[in-house]
Amino acid sequence: MSILINKQTRLVVQGITGNEGIFHTQQMVAYGTNVVAGVTPGKGGEWVVEEKIPVFDSVKMAVEATGANTSVIFVPARFSADAIYEAADAGISLIVCITEGVPVLDMMRVRNYLDQKKVRLLGPNCPGLITPGECKVGIIPGNIAIPGSVGVVSRSGTLTYEVVYALKLLNKGVSTCVGIGGDPINGTNFIDCLSMFEADPSTEKVVMIGEIGGSDEEKAAEYIGKHMTKPVVSFIAGQTAPPGKRMGHAGAIIEGGSGLAADKVKALEAVGVRVAAHPEQIPSLLG
Amino acid sequence: MKLHEYQSKLIFSRYGVPIPKGRVATTAAEARAIANELGGRVVIKSQVLVGGRGKAGGIRLAKDPHEAEEIATQILGMEIKGLPVRKVLVDEAASISQEIYLGITNDRAARKPVMMVSAEGGVEIEEVARKSPEKIIRVHIDPLLGLRDYQARDIAVMIDLPREHWKTFNQVAHGLWRAYLECDATLAEINPLVITTDNRMLALDGKMLLDDNALFRHADLAELRDLDIEAPAEIEARKYGLSFIKLDGNIGCMVNGAGLAMTTMDIIKLFGGEPANFLDIGGGAGAEKVAAALRLILSDPNVKAVLFNVFGGITRCDEVARGILVAMQDVKPNVPMVIRLVGTNAQEGRQLLANANMITAETLADAAQKAVAAAKGA
Repeated sequence: MSILINKQTRLVVQGITGNEGIFHTQQMVAYGTNVVAGVTPGKGGEWVVEEKIPVFDSVKMAVEATGANTSVIFVPARFSADAIYEAADAGISLIVCITEGVPVLDMMRVRNYLDQKKVRLLGPNCPGLITPGECKVGIIPGNIAIPGSVGVVSRSGTLTYEVVYALKLLNKGVSTCVGIGGDPINGTNFIDCLSMFEADPSTEKVVMIGEIGGSDEEKAAEYIGKHMTKPVVSFIAGQTAPPGKRMGHAGAIIEGGSGLAADKVKALEAVGVRVAAHPEQIPSLLG
Repeated sequence: MKLHEYQSKLIFSRYGVPIPKGRVATTAAEARAIANELGGRVVIKSQVLVGGRGKAGGIRLAKDPHEAEEIATQILGMEIKGLPVRKVLVDEAASISQEIYLGITNDRAARKPVMMVSAEGGVEIEEVARKSPEKIIRVHIDPLLGLRDYQARDIAVMIDLPREHWKTFNQVAHGLWRAYLECDATLAEINPLVITTDNRMLALDGKMLLDDNALFRHADLAELRDLDIEAPAEIEARKYGLSFIKLDGNIGCMVNGAGLAMTTMDIIKLFGGEPANFLDIGGGAGAEKVAAALRLILSDPNVKAVLFNVFGGITRCDEVARGILVAMQDVKPNVPMVIRLVGTNAQEGRQLLANANMITAETLADAAQKAVAAAKGA
């Protein structure tokens, strides 16, 4: 068991013939993900990855021919919003956008459009997700996590790898690890993932990795206090970041006193979440 | 990316927002000529990308062209909060009967742009926001529909705007929204939007922030970037697609991913050290980018040790190792370097660096402790 993806996932890769698209498709296939199709407009009819995966001109054609139900997007930032609309309109139910640098106004329109449909978006600017031993969608290296009962949700990319790897070194496995992305406007937030983990029988404990900027961690803390029965352990990146500086992520901005790491830690600890001083402490806090 | 006042106001005026007559000058003689053209009293406004210009003496009235030249001379020689004043805006002076605040920004919680308006605009607007938040009206704009006419009318009613100004206010609100939308702004602000004693509505000051991620579709706006406000190292970093911020410590950091880079800074502090920088080489960095990053770090004379923390995913550790080797031939670093490589092609990366005389580390905590010790000369 897991959340969002499993052995039944039928994946279409948008932007499959680009450098990143093809490299990570190979990685996903090698991991056992059921990649049923790729899309690159103008390259329909080609076959890739040892001639095993058909390429289509549109997501709609890919869905009709292969029954794809999940998509992962590797197209450049300027085309990403269109790729998301295309997947949503083709009937995909889970869209994972890896691309970094999507304009924020594009994402606001996307979110407001998707809110009117029954489609889940993960990302953009995210590493994707992995259900160890079953399926991975995105760019999380497969060998850093083992199957188990810890659910992981994170706003960061490589920091997430750090955490699941630290778990693996102590023989702790992961049910599903979800990277929700660091952008100010994204498709899936902490609360969405926390509620899915709470409902997932194979998840016993949850790790939530946040960072400075916005107030999603504070809202998550409120949710945890009210609705979570499973223990949650957390880490917040950026505890020493100077205020007002933009630390790379569009989302990681401290504005006028809100978004500070210390406020997030306080809010989480107030509802019984144990917050690690650094990521390698997380396994021991999980007990 | 921040725009200057004069740049922002010019953009607003293209969208139908009335602004005072005036132009920008880089010399006092030019300022005099502009004042001469405008006639009457003028206001000389320093163009620097920080707040509090007025309080710093960077905005002053001049009664005639002669005085305009004198004041421009003084302001053009100033530094405001460390930034040199290289340009002044010379605007016709307005006599003000009311100051309104009008701004648009993104409300990330609502996932919509929000228009904020207050009848009590001016330099104390942040004070108003703190003390009487009810005096700031917030109206969310549907990003698919845009600002509706009725919303602009509602705002006019809520701030008790006299009816004779409703039509102009509607035009200003829509102009600001269209400027915001079409320029991919993350902030568009008029403060103050004034009603003059002769009953005109004018945008006296303007401010815009643009979304860097959207500049690819605004080549004309990208050219407006003022390089004065950035440290040379940060300009160099952007050239290579690196995300770099200089800090005050002595341990240089090179990390892939913003979250992990911040965490690396956190853990250095946790073990008693001080990071010299935030540096995210991004995903999939090649050898050339890594070499540029290392040169940047070592160009800071405060750096006493360097910590590399790379968790390979989309980035391949062997590529990072090659970049380090290239840069080392180039710069000949004389500070100790601690390296931790994990993930994609870490084994190959470590082999490449076997003879590079670097201190290796397995865990993040181990790496941080070794870097802190190295920086202290231990």
